[in-house]
Amino acid sequence: MKTLALFVVVITGAMLIYAGQDLPAFGDINSPSYQAPMTQYFIENSETESGVTNIVTALLASYRGYDTLGETAVIFTAGMAVMLLLRRRER
Amino acid sequence: MSRIQESVIIRTVVRIMVPFIQLFALYVIMHGASGPGGGFQGGVIFGAAIILYAMIYGIAEGKRKMSDALDKILASTGLTIFAATGLACIVCGGMFLQYNAVPLLPDPALVSKYLIDLVEIGIGITVLAVMISLFFDISPPESESEEVEE
Repeated sequence: MKTLALFVVVITGAMLIYAGQDLPAFGDINSPSYQAPMTQYFIENSETESGVTNIVTALLASYRGYDTLGETAVIFTAGMAVMLLLRRRER
Repeated sequence: MSRIQESVIIRTVVRIMVPFIQLFALYVIMHGASGPGGGFQGGVIFGAAIILYAMIYGIAEGKRKMSDALDKILASTGLTIFAATGLACIVCGGMFLQYNAVPLLPDPALVSKYLIDLVEIGIGITVLAVMISLFFDISPPESESEEVEE
């Protein structure tokens, strides 16, 4: 069983490394993420629209704020579920 | 109590380090708008400081710093801050979470910056409370923990 697990891990790792060769180079101007029209929009307008200099924060808290609210709700729900199931009641 | 928890060096170092870790967590939360950081990361660091304290000084001592009731209140407070910010934007005539619709300051971009900071603080409060409550809920009771650790 352990040999099988090691085999699966090695094969998966080799596949990931092989697939990693196709990633665009770091900072490559021709990579698809830089060529997308939205990228240009966020670089030019995120500071004036959201007031924060960090584009990642502007995206996370402002443009995708609804998504972040959902993420926080997921963490809250997970915490509440663990409280309900595992918290010991001494009284 | 395990050998690690009795060590004077570890107890002293933890007592000195915890305030600095908490300060760093606040820095990470507040720095989210202008650099790497944010509510999730800062909240986890803050929670880790309390967890470190509880690991060395015992669960009971940790719960004295961060009681179960306080956990529940903080976890819901953070999420409420986030949602209330979004609703305040609707009340002021914008869309949900459209920060620059709130007429607090003459510069809409500045309002947006401060409201994003507020939202990050809300995220941080929820994450730190959930982190700490997960640790306390999963950790074994004090009497059993002696057998587990030694």
